[in-house]
Amino acid sequence: MPWIAACSADDIDTEDLIRWDHAGRSYAIYRSPDDDYFCTDGFCTHEAIHLADGLVMDYVVECPKHNGQFDYRSGEAVRLPACKNLNTWQTRVENGQVEILID
Amino acid sequence: MSHTNRDYALLGRDARLAEEIGLVSAQWYHTDLPRKVMKELMTRSDQPAIRDTIILFSVMIASAGAGIWLWPSWWSAPFWLIYGVLYASAMDSRWHECGHGTAFKTRWMNDAVYQVACFCMMRNPVTWRWSHTRHHTDTIIVGHDPEIIAMRPAVVARLILNFFGIFELWGNAKTTLQLIAGYMPETTKSFVPEPERKRAFLIARIWAVIYLGVAALAFWMQSILPFMVVGLPILFGSWHMVMTGYMQHLGLAENVLDHRLNSRTVYVNPISRFIYWNMNFHVEHHMFPMVPYHALPRMHELVKHDMPPAHPSILSAYREIIPTLIRQFKNPDWFVKRELPASAQPYRAEYHGDLEPGAPTPGIAGYDAQARPVAAE
Repeated sequence: MPWIAACSADDIDTEDLIRWDHAGRSYAIYRSPDDDYFCTDGFCTHEAIHLADGLVMDYVVECPKHNGQFDYRSGEAVRLPACKNLNTWQTRVENGQVEILID
Repeated sequence: MSHTNRDYALLGRDARLAEEIGLVSAQWYHTDLPRKVMKELMTRSDQPAIRDTIILFSVMIASAGAGIWLWPSWWSAPFWLIYGVLYASAMDSRWHECGHGTAFKTRWMNDAVYQVACFCMMRNPVTWRWSHTRHHTDTIIVGHDPEIIAMRPAVVARLILNFFGIFELWGNAKTTLQLIAGYMPETTKSFVPEPERKRAFLIARIWAVIYLGVAALAFWMQSILPFMVVGLPILFGSWHMVMTGYMQHLGLAENVLDHRLNSRTVYVNPISRFIYWNMNFHVEHHMFPMVPYHALPRMHELVKHDMPPAHPSILSAYREIIPTLIRQFKNPDWFVKRELPASAQPYRAEYHGDLEPGAPTPGIAGYDAQARPVAAE
């Protein structure tokens, strides 16, 4: 399973996220209030809305369309209409680059 | 004689056809705004909604108190009218905004006001949350949006009776009784997930206990006064909700993927803004539903270059709506296509922005045009 460099650590503001597309799949990469990095699938599990336009509040990301919310650390759906958890992906920061472990 | 060529049924013909031509759960046009600006606009705050909620409940308690004090004199009527509008119209906007989860920053505050507002409106908090979710996914997509309030052509008697809350009360009471009995229609099931349904039944049964308590009190008092406080305000207080609600989408396009074509922004007076919680900025709300009500005026200033001009008044909006509804009796495909300013991104074909007034939606209504006698324009 390769680690893939996704973006510079500085590309993401604290308590924010960006979209990252790789190999035909879309992801969301988060920078937490503590400057830790996380990665989930990009699209809300309720409907095919990308989370990259959503709002990050502490450790929760909110879908920009219907306010489904997820804990982006675990992918857990924490507010309706999101019922199904997000897939999460391991991250690390190497030489200022955020890397994602893609299986 | 005019005919509609539409099938508004949630599981009907047009529901299937809309799906086939890519109108369902689709990508919608939105105005580009810098990420930092969007984040700032979406940021939650408790303060504006706490202030507004204190004002709302204070005026409700004061007006209901005065109404009870002066009952049964006609001098109580003005106070009931104030209470009724707050109970059945302001609570509609509280239901709406708290349902989106954007009114307050603190979640329990959103949830608490949402439950109170649902009770006042007699709207089941589960079914109506999911209904509105669908309304935002498939706004005014025929056969998918459960909140289209005027079909084409419109049923005039229904539009008028709505001002007196007749269908709101009857429809919601009927739904509540069904849910108390543990029954949910298939059309409702189409947008309420199975795990959520039991909660809908439970809440309806809790409400039944409350209404039975109100009925018992009324029987004991030998007076309808308790129902003037709970339930009946829907009949005499819905008019403001209906007046503002009709401005949202009536007369505009169906089956498009650009909210500038199917929603309307109208400048309204400060009292209506308070009652309606800024939903007069309706294009902005649909385009960016996670922007809280208190940020919509700022949002409007940032995106109005890309929008049809806002109507300057409620009267102006109705001057557009009423002639359009009349014209739809002759041609149900007629709608108002509002002109964009030169600074705006044009309506684009990929969002069905090429749909022209009087023309059927390609792939949906066009196929039965021959069977549908349309009067000459």
